[in-house]
Amino acid sequence: MKVSVVRNILEANDRIAQQNRDLFTEHGLLVINLMSSPGAGKTSLLEKTIDALKDDVDIGIIEGDIQSSQDAERIAKKGVPAVQINTGGACHLDGNMIRDTFEEFDFEKMDLLIVENVGNLVCPAEFKVGEDFKAMILSVTEGDDKPSKYPLMFRESKVLLINKIDLLPYIDCSLDRIREDSLKINPELRIFQVSCKTGEGLEEWYEWLRERVKNREVIL
Amino acid sequence: MSMIEIVREEMRKCDAKTLRSVRLNIGQMAAIVPDSLSFCFEVITKGTEMEGARLMMDVIPLKGYCNTCESEFEIKDYVFACPSCGDTNIKTISGQDLAIVEIEVD
Ligand SMILES: Nc1nc2c(ncn2[C@@H]2O[C@H](COP(=O)(O)OP(=O)(O)O)[C@@H](O)[C@H]2O)c(=O)[nH]1
Ligand SMILES: [Mg+2]
Ligand SMILES: [Zn+2]
Repeated sequence: MKVSVVRNILEANDRIAQQNRDLFTEHGLLVINLMSSPGAGKTSLLEKTIDALKDDVDIGIIEGDIQSSQDAERIAKKGVPAVQINTGGACHLDGNMIRDTFEEFDFEKMDLLIVENVGNLVCPAEFKVGEDFKAMILSVTEGDDKPSKYPLMFRESKVLLINKIDLLPYIDCSLDRIREDSLKINPELRIFQVSCKTGEGLEEWYEWLRERVKNREVIL
Repeated sequence: MSMIEIVREEMRKCDAKTLRSVRLNIGQMAAIVPDSLSFCFEVITKGTEMEGARLMMDVIPLKGYCNTCESEFEIKDYVFACPSCGDTNIKTISGQDLAIVEIEVD
């Protein structure tokens, strides 16, 4: 017997993500889902961003990793609340895992929550966690062919940070090609060229992020 | 895995004992590789009422709709712009699908 079904495989996650989203909105919290391949510089960017913003923005961090809590320890050193999620093998975070961390935070005292997703350029793009928007990092050492190889992530992200530009003199990687190809996939993409090592380009990112925090939706 | 839960729920609804096949729509731009999905499915369903079921996957091409000139077109080489008027104010109408379309049961 054939039975017609027509159901989105991700429906359950989408539902939970939406519940998370509603809760974040209630607290006027801006939430960013930060994605990249392993080692592109997510934790480094968070460390820099916390240093730059923490005097006027109350930040919390969720660290997603398959194993280990090293990243949460790095963030905790910066004096902001950080919760580690170990996915136990899963290559992405989902709405449920994020919800399970809620009791560790005091959302009333926070303006900005950044979720560092598991290092992976594929699956995290499919799973909403309740974010306002997705941001992704591509480091120049990964090569300039990545936008066309992983179009979904570039399409779904609102922000692209091209990191490790301090290494450009040593490698063959065209920033123009990254920019052109990713803008074809996502003409609205906001691109920053940065180095978390030298700090180059980060000022512009901080300013942009400050504006987003200021203009976040607040429902009273 | 949410796909298994949906299938189980649908099987319960129609009182089915065994699963013969599942038909899926997988968008061309979905973050799913059909081969690895088949493999995962095989591993997860071993020893359950779904063991041995076939996964049939239709890859759905990436298509766009232009909000400016209202034309429909295939999005080629991941260029998200309207081929008729050049506008980038378009929306994706298919190709990001991840859906169960039909199950065959006994
Ligand atoms: N040269 C250089 N190295 C960087 C930069 N950003 C991060 N790294 C290094 O890249 C490695 C991985 O960074 P990490 O932030 O842990 O990446 P994550 O896995 O995405 O969280 C570390 O050794 C960093 O010191 C950068 O802008 N330039
Ligand atoms: Mg990290
Ligand atoms: Zn058009």
